[in-house]
Amino acid sequence: MAYSDKVIDHYQNPKNVGTLDKSSKSVGTGLVGAPECGDVMRLQIQVDDATGVITDAKFKTFGCGSAIASSSLATEWLKGKSVEDALKIDNMDIVEELNLPPVKIHCSVLAEDAIKAAINDYRVKNGQEPIKFDESVVH
Amino acid sequence: MLKLPIYLDNNATTPMDPRVLETMTPYFLQHFGNAASRNHPFGWEAEEAVDYAREQVAKLIGADPKEIIFTSGATEGDNLGIKGIFEMYASKGNHIITATTEHKAVLDTCKHIEKSGGEVTYLKVQPDGLVDLKELEAAIKPTTILIAIMYANNEIGTVMPIKEISAIARKHGVLLFTDGTQAVGKIPVDVNKDGIDLMAFTAHKMYGPKGVGALYVRRKNPRVKVTAQMDGGGHERGMRSGTLNVPGIVGFGKACELCMQDMATDTQRISIFRDKLERELMKLEEAYINGSTEFRLPHVTNISFKHVEGEGLLMGFNKNIALSSGSACTSASLEPSYVLKALGLGDDLAHSSLRFGLSRFTTEEEIDYTIKAISETVLKLREMSPLWEMYKEGIDLNSIEWAAH
Repeated sequence: MAYSDKVIDHYQNPKNVGTLDKSSKSVGTGLVGAPECGDVMRLQIQVDDATGVITDAKFKTFGCGSAIASSSLATEWLKGKSVEDALKIDNMDIVEELNLPPVKIHCSVLAEDAIKAAINDYRVKNGQEPIKFDESVVH
Repeated sequence: MLKLPIYLDNNATTPMDPRVLETMTPYFLQHFGNAASRNHPFGWEAEEAVDYAREQVAKLIGADPKEIIFTSGATEGDNLGIKGIFEMYASKGNHIITATTEHKAVLDTCKHIEKSGGEVTYLKVQPDGLVDLKELEAAIKPTTILIAIMYANNEIGTVMPIKEISAIARKHGVLLFTDGTQAVGKIPVDVNKDGIDLMAFTAHKMYGPKGVGALYVRRKNPRVKVTAQMDGGGHERGMRSGTLNVPGIVGFGKACELCMQDMATDTQRISIFRDKLERELMKLEEAYINGSTEFRLPHVTNISFKHVEGEGLLMGFNKNIALSSGSACTSASLEPSYVLKALGLGDDLAHSSLRFGLSRFTTEEEIDYTIKAISETVLKLREMSPLWEMYKEGIDLNSIEWAAH
């Protein structure tokens, strides 16, 4: 199976690999997936408490090239977005941008889940209710 | 000069040896006859070529040429050997013993037999990939007609104790079938010394052409018979109908002759390269060899690089190095290799494995390039791996409640 050029580019030059201080109140961390499924994503956002804008985003991913590319792309999209807008990122946008084949759609779902988990972690840390999301369909 | 891409997936298939192709060409063009045509020189030439190849094939495994049934490959041999015994010996019993690490061609054939009223015991293997002989013997019942255990495993290269297995089979009057696909031509296999009653193997894993293989069926002590699975003109003494693939068979014969002639020197050279590859890759932290390192094919190794996913790892170099992974991220099931899981490996390690299969054409330069490329990719991906970070921080990954998806 051949990968799209965009997946290859993200795999070879991943954006925003790294770790933010997860104990900081302005950092939200989402850890999704499982080692036995062959992919684990950790996505972190740094939020400006005053404006609600995501000023930084980092990821680390254990998984195939598509999983790495999905999380790399997600961090790129998150930076500069308000938390509210970040919630609008849909896994199908990632599928479209990276030309993921059907067998790799779960990678994009995982990235969307990681975004939601990171936002909820940030909300809980700051005394807000976590948002209840519908179960993702493609898993 | 190093030529890319490098091919290290020789358990999947080997390149043809040019010497094999050379012997085949005339049988496509001038000597195209049907080996079953009895009334003209075209048929005679083809038959003579097939007879000669049959001798070459038989010689490699210490068999009589009359004990060689040509097939389309090992999958057909597995089917004919196992289903053929199940049907032929139905009056004696219906129980077959096999192992969980067998090739799908054996496992799925056994599943088919279960649906047809047969009973199959699937033996678990030990962590080194070998069957426990005591468990094997304990599994034998009065209704047992066949033990089907592979000679060497396609994913980890483990070589089973075939002599000991056949001794047990003999003691209880049970036949032994072995899938010799990965072993024949690579290590000495002798059907008499090893006590094998039936063995499937194929040309394309030993530098021969695809689409041709053989089933060895013992004719003496005891005389073994299989029920044909393909009806037709009664070729191969009625056991496998269908016009013989003469050029393929000629190539198969030549490939066997070359393997026999070059086995000692090939093995010596290839195992030095395999050992170097393994030694250098094992210098990486948290790298594990899968399966026995003592009872193993000389050209194979299977290594897991913990906290790095196999398919992601392959992507780092698969434009330049052809390898296979035990991960199954592309399949719908997301299930990693059943062979590695049968060894007791956790899913994480099974997802993190690479299988290396070297050949007589592998060079030291290729090995050096591979060592460098894989080491670099593993290090790079570990920098990107949240599991590696947690491991380095001393977090027990089993203590985390993963959201399995």
